[in-house]
Amino acid sequence: MAAVAERVRAGRGESVRSVLTIVKREVRDSLRDWRIVVPVVILTVFFPVLMSLVADVALRWVAKYGAPIVGDRLLPFLLMVVGFFPISFSLVIALETFAGEKERKSLEPLLATPLTDAQLYLGKTLAAMIPPLLAAYLGITVYLVGLYFFEGWTPPPILLVLVPVLTTAEGLVMVSGAVVVSSQTTSVRASNLLASFIIIPMALLVQGEAIIMFWANYNVLWWIVLFLIVVDVILVRMGIHTFNREELLGREIDELNLGSMWRTFCGYLRWERWFFGRDVQKMPPGLRWLGVLGGLYGRDIPSILRRSWLALLTVTIGIVASAFIGQVFAARYPLPAEMLGLEYISAETFSEIPAVGWLPAFTIEGVLGNNVRALLLAALLAVFSFGTLAVALLMAPLAIVFFFVAQAAHVGYSPALFLVAFVLPHGLLEVPAAASRLRWPSVWELPLCRLPGE
Amino acid sequence: MMIELTGLTKQFDDFVAVDQVTLSVAPGEILALLGPNGAGKTTTVRMLAAILRPTAGQAFVAGYSVTEYPREVRRRIGLLTEHPGLYLRMKGEEYLEFFGRLMGLDDGERERRARELLARFGMPEAWDRRMGTYSKGMRQKMALVRAMLHDPSVLLLDEPTSAMDPHSAKLVRDAVLGLRHHRRAIVICTHNLAEAEALADRIAIIRHGQIIALGTAEELKMHLLGPPLMELRLAHPTDGVVKLVSGLVKIEAQGENWLRYSTPDTHETNPLLLQKLASRGVGVLTLSEVPRSLEDVYLRVVEG
Repeated sequence: MAAVAERVRAGRGESVRSVLTIVKREVRDSLRDWRIVVPVVILTVFFPVLMSLVADVALRWVAKYGAPIVGDRLLPFLLMVVGFFPISFSLVIALETFAGEKERKSLEPLLATPLTDAQLYLGKTLAAMIPPLLAAYLGITVYLVGLYFFEGWTPPPILLVLVPVLTTAEGLVMVSGAVVVSSQTTSVRASNLLASFIIIPMALLVQGEAIIMFWANYNVLWWIVLFLIVVDVILVRMGIHTFNREELLGREIDELNLGSMWRTFCGYLRWERWFFGRDVQKMPPGLRWLGVLGGLYGRDIPSILRRSWLALLTVTIGIVASAFIGQVFAARYPLPAEMLGLEYISAETFSEIPAVGWLPAFTIEGVLGNNVRALLLAALLAVFSFGTLAVALLMAPLAIVFFFVAQAAHVGYSPALFLVAFVLPHGLLEVPAAASRLRWPSVWELPLCRLPGE
Repeated sequence: MMIELTGLTKQFDDFVAVDQVTLSVAPGEILALLGPNGAGKTTTVRMLAAILRPTAGQAFVAGYSVTEYPREVRRRIGLLTEHPGLYLRMKGEEYLEFFGRLMGLDDGERERRARELLARFGMPEAWDRRMGTYSKGMRQKMALVRAMLHDPSVLLLDEPTSAMDPHSAKLVRDAVLGLRHHRRAIVICTHNLAEAEALADRIAIIRHGQIIALGTAEELKMHLLGPPLMELRLAHPTDGVVKLVSGLVKIEAQGENWLRYSTPDTHETNPLLLQKLASRGVGVLTLSEVPRSLEDVYLRVVEG
């Protein structure tokens, strides 16, 4: 037993050593490339100093107009910016990581070593992250030191923790996303072209963070950190899962193989006929439909559920988290009892609800249409975010639902009854559809093209 | 057997790159894989290196299945790829340290092996030079050093002497032959037919993913070009000699004082023929086999 444990420990040690060997080589290679080093140094040293000076000038300028709050909010915002700019470089390194090696023909010797896919993937990911991340930390330090000397400003302690954590999480999202892109494309050019799938969501996220920084409600940023960590975990896991030596070497050009995609898609909609071990073809023609149903419910759906255990677990965690959030907000902002007069609900109750912006009318068609719209949007976002935004989008309304469930419970109604009345009817259509949205990242696994290696 | 392939097949969608390949390589044996571009040589080697997964069939390398124990296989093979694929910003020392670590060599062993191999290939100065400054031949040799660094029991070499000057090519050929004596199994993919003939114990010609000829160079020549052609040069004109020997051998061509003949069994026929000529007082200047190149065999096979 001790010998087995020793072997397991030795195996782990070897794994870590292999990952570190790759990290060391890649980092050294990056640091020898002046095209990487020069911009990183500029962003690490020059840019934060410039930001300190800009902040100094801006503080004095806004103070002249009696708006010191603008300056107060600007300093944390710039703190976030000086951290973000250097890590944006991690994207450049990461996009090049597999595609570049393939272009330079150095990938095959590496694939012929005893490295596992996970070791190779993790080594590359860490190597793309470490230099820009260290540069980001240094940039933050330079900025803070500069501001301390110019303005005597020190950030609130929460920011000292939050900004580096946020920067790290953002860096990991960009890198892990870029490594996925790099491992699925044939050239650096193709990687760069596909980088918009990472840049656009990140740009939107940073804009959102900027608003929160000016709002100065820093606790909200922890939710973004949590979201980014979830995305990180999914991206890294998916990256390792979809990493394929064969595809890396065998694929010569990127082309959208619509025929193959369509065949794969149709494959998901086919299932084997089965009816308790009988030969369905030999059953009377009028009863063969039993084989269709038997195959679907007896074989296909249980198999999908088994394969989707992680997606189901994620949704379950999402639901529990939504329930918790709804509960917390309900306790914090209790509604007056008269607002929840559930005994007197009639068709008119819904039709009399005032229209709210883009929300639909409270009719059956309106609610269903809205939910279909939400599911389509979730499906679209799932493609871009590897499923995570679909969870976020669909769990947010659930938090609102649980908010009302908790309010109902607070004024004496049965929360179970509330759920059965208002949520369960959606279980017929929307909930199964929502669960299936979580599998949309599998679109990424569709073969873009298949060409022979030789 | 160090390499054993049974019905090995690789299919990419509708394209069959390697089709039912069955062959084996013993320890100390060198097998040359010949074939036109796109014949399936590289795909076969990639499957042997456990980089590509076979669609069907089995492949065992150093006793390990490439599908079940790919890491064990990769530990035991040295792969020289078609392109050297070096990291040009690294020094030779750093590069070999990197691959040595990945192959699990300890520091002392790694440096000893690296320096020894660099010296063997006549480039000890490559140790502390950036690989971007190497010549084409040096890069190829460095890639070979990388493949041999961990002293693998199986070497898979894709065009090992391409881009090398004749001296370097000879060094490499000598090194490969030296490995044969150390009981290593070696597979060489090459377009250099003379090299294949000089190095390989057996030759496999592959076309459209299938092995269409397999054997020693002599066996292939015999099988595909027929019995060897002998040339007899005489001290006198051939008048009368043709009649004398035509019962023994088949005359293929003749000149004033020479003739060429073929016979299925040279070992038996040639002494008889010489004996007959000597008994009649015919002066023989030379008796030699007309050289037949592997290129003739290759072209015969590949052109169908």
